Amino acid sequence: MPDKYSEKVLDHFRNPRNLGEIKDADGIGTVGNPTCGDVMTIYIKVKNGRIEDIKFKTYGCAAAIASSSIATELVKGKTLKEALELTRNDVAEELGGLPDYKMHCSNLAADALRRAIEDYKKKKNM
Amino acid sequence: MKKVYMDYASTTPIDKEVLNEIIPYFDKYYGNASSIHSFGIEAFDAIEDSREQVSNLLNANPEEIIFTSGGTESDNLGIKGVAFNNKKKREKKGFHIITSQVEHPAVLETCKYLEKTGFNVKYLSVDKYGLINTRELEDAISENTFLVTVMFGNNEIGTIEPIKEIGEITKKHGILFHTDAVQAIGKVPIDVKKLNIDLLSISSHKIYGPKGVGALYVRRGAKLQTIAHGGGQEKGLRSSTLNTPGIVGLGKACELGKKRMNKDVSHITDLRDILIKELKTIDQSYLNGHPKKRLANNVHFRFDAIEGESLNLMLDDKGIAASTGSACSSKKLQASHILLAIGLKPEEAHGSIRLTLGRMNTKDDIEYVVKVLPEIVQKLRTMSPLWKR
Repeated sequence: MPDKYSEKVLDHFRNPRNLGEIKDADGIGTVGNPTCGDVMTIYIKVKNGRIEDIKFKTYGCAAAIASSSIATELVKGKTLKEALELTRNDVAEELGGLPDYKMHCSNLAADALRRAIEDYKKKKNM
Repeated sequence: MKKVYMDYASTTPIDKEVLNEIIPYFDKYYGNASSIHSFGIEAFDAIEDSREQVSNLLNANPEEIIFTSGGTESDNLGIKGVAFNNKKKREKKGFHIITSQVEHPAVLETCKYLEKTGFNVKYLSVDKYGLINTRELEDAISENTFLVTVMFGNNEIGTIEPIKEIGEITKKHGILFHTDAVQAIGKVPIDVKKLNIDLLSISSHKIYGPKGVGALYVRRGAKLQTIAHGGGQEKGLRSSTLNTPGIVGLGKACELGKKRMNKDVSHITDLRDILIKELKTIDQSYLNGHPKKRLANNVHFRFDAIEGESLNLMLDDKGIAASTGSACSSKKLQASHILLAIGLKPEEAHGSIRLTLGRMNTKDDIEYVVKVLPEIVQKLRTMSPLWKR
């Protein structure tokens, strides 16, 4: 590895939390581009304005997989408003930092989450 | 946990025989080979023995071997040395170098640098296997062309270029021919005379020698300028106190490489072919590089819908050391220029893995990889939103 990953990145990469899909998801968000090497889909289930369940699927490097995993952990049970406040920096910080060159391409989870919430709102005509 | 090293194209462990040969040159025979006293002569003699060992592997003459710090320096000296030497002479004629799109960065970046200083460089395209077209090469030659540099065997996908045909063409046109043979030596018999090679780069640590030492073969009569000025060692081409232990190690590694080539090549070819056959059975897997014109130690695959860095790390978790051409593993975040040159799309290049075999690999190692790798591919695919099966 050019730059070493933190232990936390490797833990989430090896044991991803909330991996998979939700068949009857209330909102789905996909971001990324296979050309760049990272694509991420986040599925959410919403109840009483809170994220009741969340799952993800990610194609990409360890940073992409770990950032998806930790983001789902951070927002599970949170209100949509709270979840929308999650930023790329929050995700990276929670992971104990990411190599600089991974910050933009692989750290897409906050964007995917936002897209999933927008999808949910659109479906609900909110 | 079982540990399997399959990254021999990246570097090799030093052979015990080589190591034993080197050790006395750190503390017992520590003289400077340029000194005239007995201490210097001991080092000088050892270096001249190594020169002979290196030249034997290539069927060159000992005086045609210049010791360097490794493959990268050899490539730089060979290409820039010839280029700078031609700059003065050819002011009216122009300066044209021909290379390929699949060279190692040591060649490619050197050529790009020369472009900035006024040279013209033609980068030959390759087919889907990574082979250059010798007709395209011959068509590219003009009266301005003074150097062709095309690698012997590809460092990533293992494709062996048509070196004999290139040598015939350059000889016919009176142009110098340099080849980066860092990956090929010890695996392909190389006779620089028969192949009409004028300059050839090798590195020690790819053939079970120490790191930090290499050589450039310069055919007698081929003229170059130095790129490092100083005390004038190595006929003025490579100033710097000679690295006696390293050079002794390179010499021994070449001697052993020659002695063991047949046995080594037959052993790793057998293992390689089993591995290729087994990995081909994975759904939507593809062998990169040429099926036959291929270095004996190279296995290079890509798998749909997964990314190489993740694959590489999960293999490492199982004790398997491999390498990937995925952009995500490079700081430049660009897919490998070699994989793009053979026509892969960036998303295809990302899903690639290189396994390179060596003298110490066994059938057990192959069986272990054949068991573990498909499981990891499967695991990553279940995680991937791009996997549609």
